[in-house]
Amino acid sequence: MSQTEAVFWFFAAVSVISAFLCITRRNPVASALWLVNTLFALAAIFILLDAHFIGALQVLVYAGAIMVLFLFVIMLLNLGRDTGTDMLGWAGRIVMLAVGALLATELLVLARVVPDQRFVLPAGTLARITEEQGAVGAIAAPLFRDYLIPFEITSVLLLAAVVGAVVLAKRRL
Amino acid sequence: MLLGPSLGLSAVLFSLGVAGVLFRRNAIVIFICIELMLNAVNLSFIAFAQQLGRSGQVIVFFVMAVAAAEAAVGLAIMIAIYRHKDTIDVREINLLRG
Amino acid sequence: MPATVGWVWLVLLFPLAGFLANGAISVLRLDAKRAVTTIGVGALVLSFLVAVAVMAGLAGAPADAPYVLSLWQWMPAGRLEIELALQVDQLSAMMLLVVTGVSMVIHVFSVGYMGEDPGYARYFSYLNLFVFFMLVLVLGANFPVMFVGWEGVGLCSYLLIGFWFENEAFANAGKKAFIMNRIGDVGFLLAMFMIFQAVGTLSFIEVFEYAPRAFAIGGTAITLITLALFVGAIGKSAQIPLYTWLPDAMAGPTPVSALIHAATMVTAGVYMVARANVLFAMAPISSFTVAAVGAITALFAATVALKQWDIKKVLAYSTVSQLGYMFMGVGVGAYAAGIFHLTTHAFFKALLFLGAGSVIHALHHAYHHTHSSEEAQDMRNMGGLRKWMPLTATFMWIATLAIVGVPGFSGFFSKDEILAATFARGHEAAAFYVLWAVGVVTALLTAFYMTRLMIYTFHGPNRSGEKEQQHLHESPWVMTGPLLVLAVLAIVGGLINLPAVLPGSGWLHHWLEPVTELSAAYLPEVHLSHSTEWVLLGFATLVAALGIIGAWRLLKPAALKPAREAPEETGIQKVLLNKWYVDEIYDTLIVRPIMWVSENVLWKVIDKGIIDGFGANGSANLARAMGWLGSRLQTGYLGTYVFLFVLGALILLRVVTGWEL
Repeated sequence: MSQTEAVFWFFAAVSVISAFLCITRRNPVASALWLVNTLFALAAIFILLDAHFIGALQVLVYAGAIMVLFLFVIMLLNLGRDTGTDMLGWAGRIVMLAVGALLATELLVLARVVPDQRFVLPAGTLARITEEQGAVGAIAAPLFRDYLIPFEITSVLLLAAVVGAVVLAKRRL
Repeated sequence: MLLGPSLGLSAVLFSLGVAGVLFRRNAIVIFICIELMLNAVNLSFIAFAQQLGRSGQVIVFFVMAVAAAEAAVGLAIMIAIYRHKDTIDVREINLLRG
Repeated sequence: MPATVGWVWLVLLFPLAGFLANGAISVLRLDAKRAVTTIGVGALVLSFLVAVAVMAGLAGAPADAPYVLSLWQWMPAGRLEIELALQVDQLSAMMLLVVTGVSMVIHVFSVGYMGEDPGYARYFSYLNLFVFFMLVLVLGANFPVMFVGWEGVGLCSYLLIGFWFENEAFANAGKKAFIMNRIGDVGFLLAMFMIFQAVGTLSFIEVFEYAPRAFAIGGTAITLITLALFVGAIGKSAQIPLYTWLPDAMAGPTPVSALIHAATMVTAGVYMVARANVLFAMAPISSFTVAAVGAITALFAATVALKQWDIKKVLAYSTVSQLGYMFMGVGVGAYAAGIFHLTTHAFFKALLFLGAGSVIHALHHAYHHTHSSEEAQDMRNMGGLRKWMPLTATFMWIATLAIVGVPGFSGFFSKDEILAATFARGHEAAAFYVLWAVGVVTALLTAFYMTRLMIYTFHGPNRSGEKEQQHLHESPWVMTGPLLVLAVLAIVGGLINLPAVLPGSGWLHHWLEPVTELSAAYLPEVHLSHSTEWVLLGFATLVAALGIIGAWRLLKPAALKPAREAPEETGIQKVLLNKWYVDEIYDTLIVRPIMWVSENVLWKVIDKGIIDGFGANGSANLARAMGWLGSRLQTGYLGTYVFLFVLGALILLRVVTGWEL
């Protein structure tokens, strides 16, 4: 087991345990914080997979911005109090876990997929590009060249979301 | 080569997210579980991107943008519902009943 | 093609334009009576002039083949190619002249007769439309175009019979005519289908050219086709068993009865048989059926006419009877004779109807002045009218002598030719002698009932009432003028086809030869010796004289009581008065069972039960049930949706992974 793999498995274990705790904690604040933990672990795994910029974004946007938004809303709605469980009873849990387990099995079957060798890049290509163009440049080049129009449309989407959020959440317009 | 293990991890996290959506009733928590599922999918993209090129990373970038938009609008809706019904328990919210 | 023959489309254009213009005036309710008259009559005058030019052009040209004026491609569909084409040949040119000529005269008459009707513009637009469709029928160069005219005249007939549609009985008469015509049209349509299947074309020229190769003489196919065509002719030309609509059609204005239900439309069946003479000649069984049905109709209708009191009903049954004669003529292969009788009949029957119209008009006015509600068409209310209406009386006597067949008048020659042609074929089969005998008896009855009509209308004492007599007077010139024209034609019309024994004979016969020669090969050569022909002529004269004198001696107009005082009829007279109860028999045997089936089976069981129950309401209930089920699925709970969604995703994943682990 190489060093990289060891690190990978460590963070994988952290993310799975955090995710499990995230969905089982009764308190929404705890759930949110366990999710943040999962996201940090995933950010580490992203970096292991040569996606340095995305890893940074994961921490900044997800763990930083989106989760803060969640916590704000939880506090705004005053949900932090212990108001009894919101989970199903035992029978429901068993059914749901069965469904979840079944889904996991299915997906694990899919996970055994091997990409067509014709499309696979030589090992270390991404690492080399990152080295040559920098972590930002590695993703900026395709983003602003091949995906320029989707990028611009995304900005419109975000604008629409901002307007929509304001309209929905405001008490009176 | 971490493709296989990454996809496996992605599958496990996604299934946990689905299970969470299925057996929680608090809309906020359900939302959190959806974020978990989105991240599981992001992991698959990143894992494939390492072998097949940077496009996967760009897609993840877009997914994050959509997730941010979705979180903003979704949470705003939740606030609106809470104001209206004084709860965000999904059992109490059944406006779509036929 | 001679230049004037190329103008033939103008003949169609003028009446159509007249219909559109008068129709617009009628729809817009413009008060433009003078314009309506000018347009309505003017269109026909122009049309008639063009028809004369066409006829002249055709007479001057070598008439080997028919001239076909193809206007445009109408229905190209695979093997079927139908052109909107007009065919000008000797037959259609002759018909063209008769139709436009008689129509023109009747249009003029209508100006006087319909002058005070509020629907004046509507009347003239319908009348122009009728002439247009009649000309399409006559000029069509293939079966479908002819069928367009065929249906179009049916439509106009319906519109004009129900012209006074406020009266329910009149409106019903229109419906009756329309429905009975439809029954016949089915035959026409079936014949077209069968012809197309057998020959592969519907154009007259091609069908008649290929027919000898496509059909065996007397074969099943040709017999079925011609019988189906004849069913169409039965409906249109009011032969047994579909004749009952024609007497009811007298509900329309009298000029309409003269034009449509005597002179032109009802003769379309005869024209069609003459047009398709090749086909009929190749099917002896069908031809004999045509002749037999014609003869039976002629006799049957004549017996009914004996006892009718309504002056127009007498003439209506007389028309049915005369149409029977024409079918007898074309049935025995004397196509030229059939068309000859058609032509002369158009003259004298139009004259009779217009004369009757003049009488009714006068009587109606008289009753109108005295506010009496007496029946203006009942002969029991007439009598002695020649004192007040000398012109009408004279002209109607001329027409009567013509239809009865007094020597020198047109009807004498045409009727004699049909009877002679029938007699001449007697050596083939005795059945033709029977047909001839039926024709002779019919001639006798015709002479009797026509004389009866004249005696009761114009002779004897007047029965219309003291006060009314002061208001009786002759019709204006605009009505008597047309009568004069038709009277002249009724006298001299016979000159176009004098019998073989007289000098300068058979002009029409020779004229139509290019059309009829195709069928000549299939018909036996018939020749009557001159002596036989003289005997037949003499015999016909004797029969006519017998009928007239018999009626004169037997009928006592002085003893007749007006309609309101008339005693109940008894015995055979009552049966004849009620037209052999044929309407009642049809009502019991056909109409009532159909109504019963319609109401109790088609409506209550099939329509309300099956179509409504299973079809309309059934499908609605099914949709509602499915909707109810679907709405049960929509619990509104997020959990249900997610659960179902995940189940669906699981199934999809199983499919994607190919059912393997």
